Amino acid sequence: MFDAVSELSREERIRGLQERIQGMQATRLDERTLPTSEALSELLPGGALQAGGGYVVDGSTALALEMLRGPSGAGSWCAIVGLPDLGVEAAAAAGIALDRLVLVPHPGEHWLAVVSALVDAVAVILVRPPQGARVGDAASTRLAARLRRREGVLISTTSWPRAQARLAVTESDWAGIGSGFGHLAARQVTVASASPAWQGRIRARRLWLPDREGRVAPVRSRHDGASPALQAVQRGA
Amino acid sequence: MTGSAPRLLVLHAPDWGVRAQSRLLGIRDEASVVLIARGRVVACSPAARAEGVRSGMRQREAQGRCPGLHVLREDPGSWVRAFEPVLAALDDALPGWHLLRPGTAAIRVRGPARYYGSEKAAARTVVALAEQHGAADARVGIAAGLFAAELAARAPDPDRVRIVTGGSTAAFLAPLPVGVLGDDELGSLLPRLGIRTLGAFAALDPDDVAARFGPGGARLHLLARGRDPRPATPRIPPKDIDAVIDFEPAAERVDEVAFGVRAACGEFVRELLAARLVCTAVRVELHGDRGEVDERVWLHPRSFGPSEVVDRVRWQLQAAEELRSGVVRVRVSPEAVDPVHVHEAGLWGTGPEERVHSALSRVQAMLGHRGVLTPQLSGGRRPADRQQLVPWGDRPVSVRERTQPWPGALPDPPPSTVYEVPRPVRVEDAAGQPVTIGDRGLVSAAPSIIVSQTGTRRDLTAWAGPWPLDERWWDPASARSAHRLQAVDTTGCAWLLVLDDAGWWAEGRYD
Repeated sequence: MFDAVSELSREERIRGLQERIQGMQATRLDERTLPTSEALSELLPGGALQAGGGYVVDGSTALALEMLRGPSGAGSWCAIVGLPDLGVEAAAAAGIALDRLVLVPHPGEHWLAVVSALVDAVAVILVRPPQGARVGDAASTRLAARLRRREGVLISTTSWPRAQARLAVTESDWAGIGSGFGHLAARQVTVASASPAWQGRIRARRLWLPDREGRVAPVRSRHDGASPALQAVQRGA
Repeated sequence: MTGSAPRLLVLHAPDWGVRAQSRLLGIRDEASVVLIARGRVVACSPAARAEGVRSGMRQREAQGRCPGLHVLREDPGSWVRAFEPVLAALDDALPGWHLLRPGTAAIRVRGPARYYGSEKAAARTVVALAEQHGAADARVGIAAGLFAAELAARAPDPDRVRIVTGGSTAAFLAPLPVGVLGDDELGSLLPRLGIRTLGAFAALDPDDVAARFGPGGARLHLLARGRDPRPATPRIPPKDIDAVIDFEPAAERVDEVAFGVRAACGEFVRELLAARLVCTAVRVELHGDRGEVDERVWLHPRSFGPSEVVDRVRWQLQAAEELRSGVVRVRVSPEAVDPVHVHEAGLWGTGPEERVHSALSRVQAMLGHRGVLTPQLSGGRRPADRQQLVPWGDRPVSVRERTQPWPGALPDPPPSTVYEVPRPVRVEDAAGQPVTIGDRGLVSAAPSIIVSQTGTRRDLTAWAGPWPLDERWWDPASARSAHRLQAVDTTGCAWLLVLDDAGWWAEGRYD
């Protein structure tokens, strides 16, 4: 244990400690939340998207779109920045209102300025920072302050300083397709969520993303395709 | 008594719409041109008419009769714009014109006749003026009443001036066919009753006509008798609000032009406001040093402010492909205006939508017109065809109806990533050989590895397909033939792979 810590650089150790402190103390007395889809509520600290919070969704566009579904369905505007390859049809199928969705596919070097301009207007911003872009502490603090004032939520597809939670798809099983027959019909995924509020523990849930009717929902029955690996994770959590 | 209809002079430029639109595109006047609306011919040039093309004909039939035909989409706005300089020049010489339609205008003849000495001299002046300002072979007719005067102007006359004297209006109208009344129902009914000319129609008793054809028929009967109650109302020349900025010498850089137009655009918006109008669409024309013109219309979801007009000029300059030399002139004109009260912000603002709009406009000003997009669904078979991105503020143009069945489209779920530019990949079987699809639509071997452009190898655990896609085979220019395959790799990520003549592509990803 000790060896592992000494290997970490000083800076990372400080950041890790700060995150633990931050996780233990509530940032505000009354936390306002945004409408959140049922499938995600168990994976997010506080059970919902916190107004003013930042989140990281790693490696799955479908999961990121699911994060937008709740607020969009409740009448908020959403923006997607830096994803030129977004499947619009999938966004519509995920339940996002297209008439309240704005895309900025190629923000280029201005991406941070674009995000801060959009914070004033839309409730949820999904952003993919350009390759190799680093968000400085000062810039992220400024952005976080604006987000809190506007009660918006920022979702990044790469690491983001002081994120409330980091969600990733760790396992993904498609149904309906075989070796040369069928077609992609439904998928079960295991989503792992790490949050500083849980002091280093990881929560994992099994979700349909999507099921045969195109809905995203938690997998209810344990026999409903839960893999041994998943059960191990749940025991560990 | 309505018999004392005022004597009017009507100027008529034949085939104005065709001529205006072909001139805009640089087509010669002698070429065969037709204007099309909803698949039918609405107007044609004299050359096309000589080949047997008529109004109301289907586009295919017109093309069949006249090879080498230029087919243009009807654009009435451009007819008016083209006629405006003619009318302005006429207004300068003889004030009080009444615009009947683009290419045709009327004026009371008494004043001009007295000024130029006679009706004939006035008519000659009008013809000469119209010719100078671009309405070649314009004709003039003078008669009592608008109906007779317009027919006199349209009458084939080598002299191009036809004067119908006061007493002979009825005699002039009498031999003309009833079709000239411009009423389809009456135009087909009267000949079947044996009434073929206006003279025969005028000979009927007015009470009988009113009883049989109603008030509409009675009005036309009045016209046929040479009594036209309609006056020629002098138009009020519209105030010119266009902003025209000349650059001398020609401006070469975008920011130079943008800076140059800034003050004029501010003035443009202020002048509109003074007329209690706001602009919801502007037309920007850029004139190059070598005479080339680049023009387009920019829409605005609300109304244009000065800096937003400048932005549009800048975006157009950045995208202008026609422009090969420096800019010598920029013209900004209002294309659509609204009364200002429609766009007045409420006392407490108009809520969140206003905030969204101002933020998006700010981002658009930063990144350019196509920087901020709103997504739309449309119809098609490929995922990329089933979505459409419209710049913020533009009206969506639906190309393909989504409600149609689109057989051959992939079943749900749709891919969550649809590559803007499909990625080339290699698909190999277990032996490392490239997978091909034979004439019978079967894969040469089960695909087991996909290799991306960068060399990343992904082993496949499942696959399905191939499904053939043969689109627009009747049109060699846009025909597309391909095979599609879905595949799942070991990480659980699924791919939509397409094989066409150029090889394998990843079109989408289910991630």
